[in-house]
Amino acid sequence: MTDLMKAVQAPANENIPALRPGDAVSVHVKIKEGTRERIQEFKGTVLYTAKSGNNATFTVRRVASNGIGVERTFLLHSPRIEKVVVERSNVVRRARMYFLRNRTGKGARLKQKFNA
Amino acid sequence: MLKGLIGKKIGMTQIFDENGAAIPVTIIEAGPCYVTQVRTAEKEGYSSVQLGYGATKPQRLASGELGHLKKNNVPPVRVLREFRVKDPQVNEGDTVSVDLFAVGENVDVVGTSKGKGFAGAVKRYHFRGGPKTHGQSDRQRGPGSNSSTTTPGRVYKGSRRPGHMGDDRVTAQKLKVVLVDAERHLIGVRGAVPGSRGGIVMIREARKQ
Repeated sequence: MTDLMKAVQAPANENIPALRPGDAVSVHVKIKEGTRERIQEFKGTVLYTAKSGNNATFTVRRVASNGIGVERTFLLHSPRIEKVVVERSNVVRRARMYFLRNRTGKGARLKQKFNA
Repeated sequence: MLKGLIGKKIGMTQIFDENGAAIPVTIIEAGPCYVTQVRTAEKEGYSSVQLGYGATKPQRLASGELGHLKKNNVPPVRVLREFRVKDPQVNEGDTVSVDLFAVGENVDVVGTSKGKGFAGAVKRYHFRGGPKTHGQSDRQRGPGSNSSTTTPGRVYKGSRRPGHMGDDRVTAQKLKVVLVDAERHLIGVRGAVPGSRGGIVMIREARKQ
Protein backbone atom coordinates (compact mmCIF):
# COMPACT_ATOMS: atom_id res chain seq x y z
CA MET A 1 0.00 0.00 0.00
CA THR A 2 2.70 2.47 0.97
CA ASP A 3 4.67 1.45 -2.12
CA LEU A 4 1.82 2.69 -4.28
CA MET A 5 1.90 6.04 -2.48
CA LYS A 6 5.65 6.34 -2.93
CA ALA A 7 5.26 5.78 -6.66
CA VAL A 8 3.43 9.07 -7.11
CA GLN A 9 5.27 11.20 -4.56
CA ALA A 10 7.97 13.59 -5.68
CA PRO A 11 11.52 12.52 -4.84
CA ALA A 12 13.36 14.57 -2.24
CA ASN A 13 14.86 17.80 -3.55
CA GLU A 14 18.51 16.94 -4.17
CA ASN A 15 19.68 20.51 -3.72
CA ILE A 16 18.83 20.53 -0.03
CA PRO A 17 21.63 19.17 2.18
CA ALA A 18 21.04 17.62 5.59
CA LEU A 19 19.84 20.42 7.86
CA ARG A 20 20.23 20.61 11.64
CA PRO A 21 18.49 22.96 14.04
CA GLY A 22 20.60 26.07 14.61
CA ASP A 23 22.27 26.00 11.19
CA ALA A 24 22.64 29.37 9.53
CA VAL A 25 21.28 28.78 6.03
CA SER A 26 20.47 30.62 2.87
CA VAL A 27 17.44 29.27 1.04
CA HIS A 28 17.17 30.09 -2.66
CA VAL A 29 13.51 30.07 -3.66
CA LYS A 30 12.17 30.31 -7.19
CA ILE A 31 9.54 33.03 -7.45
CA LYS A 32 7.26 33.38 -10.45
CA GLU A 33 6.16 36.91 -11.35
CA GLY A 34 3.86 36.70 -14.32
CA THR A 35 6.00 34.95 -16.90
CA ARG A 36 9.36 35.83 -15.37
CA GLU A 37 11.05 33.65 -12.83
CA ARG A 38 13.62 34.89 -10.36
CA ILE A 39 15.44 33.59 -7.32
CA GLN A 40 14.78 35.01 -3.89
CA GLU A 41 17.18 34.40 -1.06
CA PHE A 42 15.97 33.82 2.48
CA LYS A 43 18.77 33.87 5.04
CA GLY A 44 18.30 32.81 8.62
CA THR A 45 18.60 30.14 11.29
CA VAL A 46 16.92 26.74 11.10
CA LEU A 47 14.45 26.66 13.97
CA TYR A 48 13.41 23.06 13.52
CA THR A 49 12.85 20.34 10.98
CA ALA A 50 9.63 18.35 10.93
CA LYS A 51 10.24 14.99 9.37
CA SER A 52 7.21 13.14 8.15
CA GLY A 53 8.14 11.48 4.90
CA ASN A 54 6.80 13.20 1.83
CA ASN A 55 5.45 16.16 3.80
CA ALA A 56 8.69 16.93 5.66
CA THR A 57 9.36 20.62 6.30
CA PHE A 58 11.94 22.90 7.84
CA THR A 59 11.42 26.33 9.34
CA VAL A 60 13.90 29.18 9.01
CA ARG A 61 13.84 32.30 11.16
CA ARG A 62 15.45 35.55 10.17
CA VAL A 63 15.36 38.93 11.83
CA ALA A 64 14.22 41.52 9.31
CA SER A 65 14.53 45.28 9.54
CA ASN A 66 13.42 46.94 12.77
CA GLY A 67 14.13 43.69 14.60
CA ILE A 68 11.00 42.00 13.36
CA GLY A 69 11.36 38.23 13.29
CA VAL A 70 10.18 36.44 10.15
CA GLU A 71 9.70 32.69 10.12
CA ARG A 72 9.16 30.77 6.94
CA THR A 73 8.43 27.07 6.53
CA PHE A 74 9.62 25.23 3.43
CA LEU A 75 8.72 21.81 2.12
CA LEU A 76 11.74 19.52 1.80
CA HIS A 77 10.35 17.99 -1.40
CA SER A 78 9.36 21.27 -3.00
CA PRO A 79 10.66 21.81 -6.54
CA ARG A 80 10.41 25.55 -5.88
CA ILE A 81 13.57 25.47 -3.79
CA GLU A 82 16.56 26.10 -6.06
CA LYS A 83 19.12 25.23 -3.40
CA VAL A 84 19.95 25.53 0.28
CA VAL A 85 23.41 26.55 1.44
CA VAL A 86 24.50 25.83 5.01
CA GLU A 87 26.69 28.82 5.81
CA ARG A 88 27.58 27.88 9.32
CA SER A 89 26.70 25.15 11.83
CA ASN A 90 26.20 25.99 15.47
CA VAL A 91 26.42 24.15 18.75
CA VAL A 92 22.89 23.50 19.90
CA ARG A 93 21.51 21.26 22.59
CA ARG A 94 17.88 21.06 21.59
CA ALA A 95 15.85 20.09 18.54
CA ARG A 96 13.52 23.09 18.55
CA MET A 97 15.11 26.50 18.83
CA TYR A 98 12.03 28.32 20.08
CA PHE A 99 14.09 30.24 22.67
CA LEU A 100 15.58 32.31 19.85
CA ARG A 101 12.25 34.08 19.50
CA ASN A 102 12.68 35.74 22.87
CA ARG A 103 16.27 36.84 22.26
CA THR A 104 17.55 39.86 20.39
CA GLY A 105 20.96 41.25 19.47
CA LYS A 106 23.96 39.64 21.07
CA GLY A 107 21.80 37.31 23.15
CA ALA A 108 20.57 35.66 19.98
CA ARG A 109 24.04 34.53 18.92
CA LEU A 110 24.94 30.86 18.78
CA LYS A 111 28.33 29.24 19.24
CA GLN A 112 29.82 27.98 16.01
CA LYS A 113 30.48 24.27 15.55
CA PHE A 114 33.70 23.77 13.60
CA ASN A 115 33.91 20.02 13.12
CA ALA A 116 30.54 19.74 11.47
CA MET B 1 -19.93 6.38 -23.05
CA LEU B 2 -19.04 4.47 -19.90
CA LYS B 3 -17.11 6.65 -17.48
CA GLY B 4 -16.97 4.77 -14.23
CA LEU B 5 -14.60 2.60 -12.24
CA ILE B 6 -14.47 0.76 -8.95
CA GLY B 7 -11.35 1.24 -6.84
CA LYS B 8 -9.72 1.11 -3.45
CA LYS B 9 -8.72 4.19 -1.51
CA ILE B 10 -4.97 4.03 -0.84
CA GLY B 11 -4.55 7.23 1.14
CA MET B 12 -3.73 10.90 0.98
CA THR B 13 -0.48 12.65 0.16
CA GLN B 14 0.65 15.78 -1.60
CA ILE B 15 2.15 16.23 -5.03
CA PHE B 16 3.47 19.30 -6.78
CA ASP B 17 1.96 20.89 -9.88
CA GLU B 18 3.93 22.48 -12.72
CA ASN B 19 4.24 25.72 -10.74
CA GLY B 20 5.67 23.87 -7.77
CA ALA B 21 2.56 24.37 -5.63
CA ALA B 22 1.72 21.49 -3.33
CA ILE B 23 -1.74 20.02 -3.92
CA PRO B 24 -3.51 17.58 -1.59
CA VAL B 25 -4.41 14.37 -3.40
CA THR B 26 -6.16 11.14 -2.58
CA ILE B 27 -4.65 8.16 -4.33
CA ILE B 28 -7.11 5.51 -5.50
CA GLU B 29 -6.13 2.18 -6.97
CA ALA B 30 -8.84 1.84 -9.59
CA GLY B 31 -9.53 -1.06 -11.85
CA PRO B 32 -8.94 -2.97 -13.92
CA CYS B 33 -12.67 -3.67 -13.84
CA TYR B 34 -14.59 -6.26 -15.82
CA VAL B 35 -17.83 -5.48 -17.55
CA THR B 36 -20.00 -8.19 -16.04
CA GLN B 37 -23.34 -7.11 -17.47
CA VAL B 38 -24.71 -4.49 -19.85
CA ARG B 39 -28.32 -3.60 -19.11
CA THR B 40 -30.40 -2.14 -21.88
CA ALA B 41 -33.67 -0.26 -22.07
CA GLU B 42 -35.15 -3.05 -24.21
CA LYS B 43 -34.33 -5.87 -21.84
CA GLU B 44 -34.18 -4.43 -18.33
CA GLY B 45 -36.09 -1.19 -18.83
CA TYR B 46 -33.11 1.08 -18.27
CA SER B 47 -29.55 1.19 -19.49
CA SER B 48 -26.53 0.70 -17.24
CA VAL B 49 -23.27 -1.16 -16.93
CA GLN B 50 -22.36 -3.52 -14.13
CA LEU B 51 -18.65 -3.62 -13.32
CA GLY B 52 -16.71 -6.12 -11.22
CA TYR B 53 -13.54 -5.39 -9.25
CA GLY B 54 -11.15 -7.13 -6.87
CA ALA B 55 -9.90 -10.66 -7.41
CA THR B 56 -11.09 -13.27 -4.96
CA LYS B 57 -11.26 -17.05 -4.61
CA PRO B 58 -14.14 -18.87 -6.30
CA GLN B 59 -15.12 -20.57 -3.03
CA ARG B 60 -15.83 -17.16 -1.49
CA LEU B 61 -18.73 -16.55 -3.88
CA ALA B 62 -22.19 -18.04 -3.99
CA SER B 63 -22.84 -20.33 -6.91
CA GLY B 64 -25.29 -17.85 -8.39
CA GLU B 65 -22.66 -15.13 -8.42
CA LEU B 66 -20.15 -17.49 -9.99
CA GLY B 67 -22.61 -18.46 -12.68
CA HIS B 68 -23.35 -14.81 -13.38
CA LEU B 69 -19.65 -14.08 -13.88
CA LYS B 70 -19.00 -17.28 -15.83
CA LYS B 71 -21.47 -16.22 -18.52
CA ASN B 72 -18.89 -13.71 -19.79
CA ASN B 73 -15.75 -15.59 -18.69
CA VAL B 74 -15.02 -13.04 -15.94
CA PRO B 75 -12.79 -14.31 -13.11
CA PRO B 76 -14.24 -14.28 -9.55
CA VAL B 77 -14.57 -10.71 -8.27
CA ARG B 78 -15.36 -9.40 -4.81
CA VAL B 79 -17.29 -6.25 -5.70
CA LEU B 80 -20.03 -5.62 -8.24
CA ARG B 81 -21.33 -2.10 -8.84
CA GLU B 82 -23.71 -0.61 -11.35
CA PHE B 83 -23.23 2.61 -13.30
CA ARG B 84 -26.10 4.31 -15.11
CA VAL B 85 -24.89 5.00 -18.65
CA LYS B 86 -27.02 5.98 -21.65
CA ASP B 87 -24.73 4.67 -24.38
CA PRO B 88 -22.10 2.40 -22.78
CA GLN B 89 -20.00 1.53 -25.87
CA VAL B 90 -18.61 -1.51 -24.05
CA ASN B 91 -19.45 -5.18 -24.27
CA GLU B 92 -19.89 -7.81 -21.60
CA GLY B 93 -16.54 -9.39 -20.76
CA ASP B 94 -14.54 -6.26 -21.61
CA THR B 95 -11.92 -4.84 -19.26
CA VAL B 96 -11.83 -1.15 -18.39
CA SER B 97 -9.05 0.70 -16.58
CA VAL B 98 -7.95 4.14 -15.45
CA ASP B 99 -7.34 5.38 -18.99
CA LEU B 100 -11.08 6.18 -19.07
CA PHE B 101 -10.14 9.30 -17.17
CA ALA B 102 -7.70 12.06 -18.06
CA VAL B 103 -5.89 14.65 -15.97
CA GLY B 104 -7.97 17.82 -15.59
CA GLU B 105 -11.39 16.14 -15.71
CA ASN B 106 -13.86 16.39 -12.87
CA VAL B 107 -15.17 13.26 -11.18
CA ASP B 108 -17.54 12.28 -8.39
CA VAL B 109 -16.25 9.73 -5.91
CA VAL B 110 -18.73 7.59 -3.98
CA GLY B 111 -17.61 5.84 -0.82
CA THR B 112 -18.75 4.69 2.59
CA SER B 113 -17.90 7.20 5.30
CA LYS B 114 -16.07 6.17 8.47
CA GLY B 115 -18.43 4.90 11.15
CA LYS B 116 -18.61 7.07 14.27
CA GLY B 117 -20.93 4.85 16.32
CA PHE B 118 -23.71 6.35 18.44
CA ALA B 119 -22.89 10.06 18.38
CA GLY B 120 -24.37 12.99 20.27
CA ALA B 121 -26.08 15.94 18.63
CA VAL B 122 -23.02 18.17 19.03
CA LYS B 123 -20.83 15.88 16.95
CA ARG B 124 -23.54 14.67 14.61
CA TYR B 125 -25.33 17.91 13.74
CA HIS B 126 -22.97 20.57 15.11
CA PHE B 127 -25.40 21.60 17.85
CA ARG B 128 -23.87 24.14 20.15
CA GLY B 129 -24.52 22.28 23.39
CA GLY B 130 -25.57 23.95 26.60
CA PRO B 131 -23.97 26.72 28.66
CA LYS B 132 -20.77 25.85 30.48
CA THR B 133 -21.29 28.30 33.36
CA HIS B 134 -24.06 30.10 35.28
CA GLY B 135 -24.77 27.12 37.49
CA GLN B 136 -25.35 24.65 34.69
CA SER B 137 -23.88 21.35 35.63
CA ASP B 138 -25.08 18.50 33.46
CA ARG B 139 -25.84 19.73 29.95
CA GLN B 140 -22.63 20.86 28.27
CA ARG B 141 -23.13 18.69 25.19
CA GLY B 142 -26.86 18.12 25.51
CA PRO B 143 -29.22 18.54 22.55
CA GLY B 144 -31.56 20.96 24.40
CA SER B 145 -35.28 20.84 23.92
CA ASN B 146 -36.81 18.37 21.49
CA SER B 147 -40.05 20.10 20.67
CA SER B 148 -42.77 22.48 21.88
CA THR B 149 -45.49 21.99 24.50
CA THR B 150 -48.99 20.45 24.45
CA THR B 151 -49.21 21.48 20.82
CA PRO B 152 -48.02 19.39 19.06
CA GLY B 153 -47.44 17.13 22.08
CA ARG B 154 -44.98 14.95 20.25
CA VAL B 155 -41.55 15.09 18.66
CA TYR B 156 -41.64 15.65 14.92
CA LYS B 157 -40.28 12.82 12.81
CA GLY B 158 -36.90 13.52 11.32
CA SER B 159 -35.84 15.82 14.19
CA ARG B 160 -32.11 15.93 14.61
CA ARG B 161 -31.31 13.80 17.64
CA PRO B 162 -28.32 11.75 18.81
CA GLY B 163 -27.91 8.48 16.96
CA HIS B 164 -25.75 6.42 14.69
CA MET B 165 -23.34 8.51 12.64
CA GLY B 166 -21.17 7.66 9.70
CA ASP B 167 -20.93 4.40 7.72
CA ASP B 168 -23.16 6.07 5.13
CA ARG B 169 -22.86 6.21 1.39
CA VAL B 170 -21.31 9.61 0.67
CA THR B 171 -20.55 11.24 -2.67
CA ALA B 172 -17.70 13.72 -2.97
CA GLN B 173 -18.67 15.81 -5.97
CA LYS B 174 -16.55 17.49 -8.58
CA LEU B 175 -13.04 16.44 -7.62
CA LYS B 176 -10.38 17.26 -10.17
CA VAL B 177 -8.27 14.40 -11.52
CA VAL B 178 -4.64 15.42 -11.04
CA LEU B 179 -2.88 12.16 -11.76
CA VAL B 180 -3.45 9.06 -13.86
CA ASP B 181 -0.96 6.19 -13.74
CA ALA B 182 -2.11 3.55 -16.20
CA GLU B 183 0.80 1.26 -15.41
CA ARG B 184 0.01 0.97 -11.70
CA HIS B 185 -3.75 1.50 -12.11
CA LEU B 186 -3.64 4.61 -9.94
CA ILE B 187 -5.77 7.70 -10.12
CA GLY B 188 -5.26 10.80 -7.98
CA VAL B 189 -8.01 13.31 -7.23
CA ARG B 190 -7.63 16.66 -5.56
CA GLY B 191 -9.01 16.71 -2.03
CA ALA B 192 -10.47 14.13 0.31
CA VAL B 193 -12.59 11.10 -0.49
CA PRO B 194 -15.14 9.47 1.85
CA GLY B 195 -14.14 6.42 3.85
CA SER B 196 -11.10 4.83 5.38
CA ARG B 197 -7.97 3.70 3.62
CA GLY B 198 -8.63 0.42 1.85
CA GLY B 199 -12.29 1.28 1.43
CA ILE B 200 -14.09 0.53 -1.83
CA VAL B 201 -15.00 3.64 -3.85
CA MET B 202 -16.79 4.29 -7.11
CA ILE B 203 -15.40 6.90 -9.48
CA ARG B 204 -17.65 8.39 -12.14
CA GLU B 205 -17.95 11.47 -14.29
CA ALA B 206 -18.92 14.56 -12.29
CA ARG B 207 -22.63 15.30 -12.41
CA LYS B 208 -22.01 19.04 -12.02
CA GLN B 209 -19.39 19.95 -14.58
